[in-house]
Amino acid sequence: MTSSTAPAPLTVSVRLFARYAEVVGEDCVQVALPGGATVADLLAALRLQVPRFAVLPARPLCAVNLAHVLPSHALRDGDEVAVLPPLAGG
Amino acid sequence: MTYLTESPLDLTRLLARVHGADRGGIASFLGVVRSHHQGRGVLRLAYSAYPEMAEAECARIVAEAETRWPVQVALEHRLGTLEIGEAAVAVVVAGAHREEAFAACRHVIEELKRRVPIWKREEFADGGVDWVGAEGAGAESQ
Repeated sequence: MTSSTAPAPLTVSVRLFARYAEVVGEDCVQVALPGGATVADLLAALRLQVPRFAVLPARPLCAVNLAHVLPSHALRDGDEVAVLPPLAGG
Repeated sequence: MTYLTESPLDLTRLLARVHGADRGGIASFLGVVRSHHQGRGVLRLAYSAYPEMAEAECARIVAEAETRWPVQVALEHRLGTLEIGEAAVAVVVAGAHREEAFAACRHVIEELKRRVPIWKREEFADGGVDWVGAEGAGAESQ
């Protein structure tokens, strides 16, 4: 494998749950992003690309591949990202 | 291990999982559906989850507790529609003594509430329906 100068673009699937899925009217969307994109970059792209996503809070709780992450988390091609409404278990 | 279930929770079944001859202290917590929320009468609740992550997060919480204290933990959370008085979550912790059993039980329920992706939708006596913990922006704007 040779490394290239610019990171390759990536595609992630975004899952929405509970109230967020209701508000947006979707529970899964695919998003293409430039290489090196973070969760914060993904949220910015979603606000532009997905109608009604912009009405969700600016900094929602997010998970990548079934674990909580911070907005600075770097994404990889094929990641499953979840945007989580306030948790209410128990 | 499966931590999520659509069936009614059974404390005795969880107790049997952690019971042992060397475990002299057993603590349990049961979270039960309440008849009111912030002054409004509640008829029933519907619990939903991000199931794959909820299972993974429950497994991490149980493993953490069993590493931090010399205990064995049984944990289940119910999904689907629950009536008032039904148990939504059950934790049973067995250790040699009560100190570690109480401490680990408290840890497991607090971490579950903080970390496990489960949501509840309340159906109110006044006819309203709302997600618990919803932040205002854009909520229920239909």
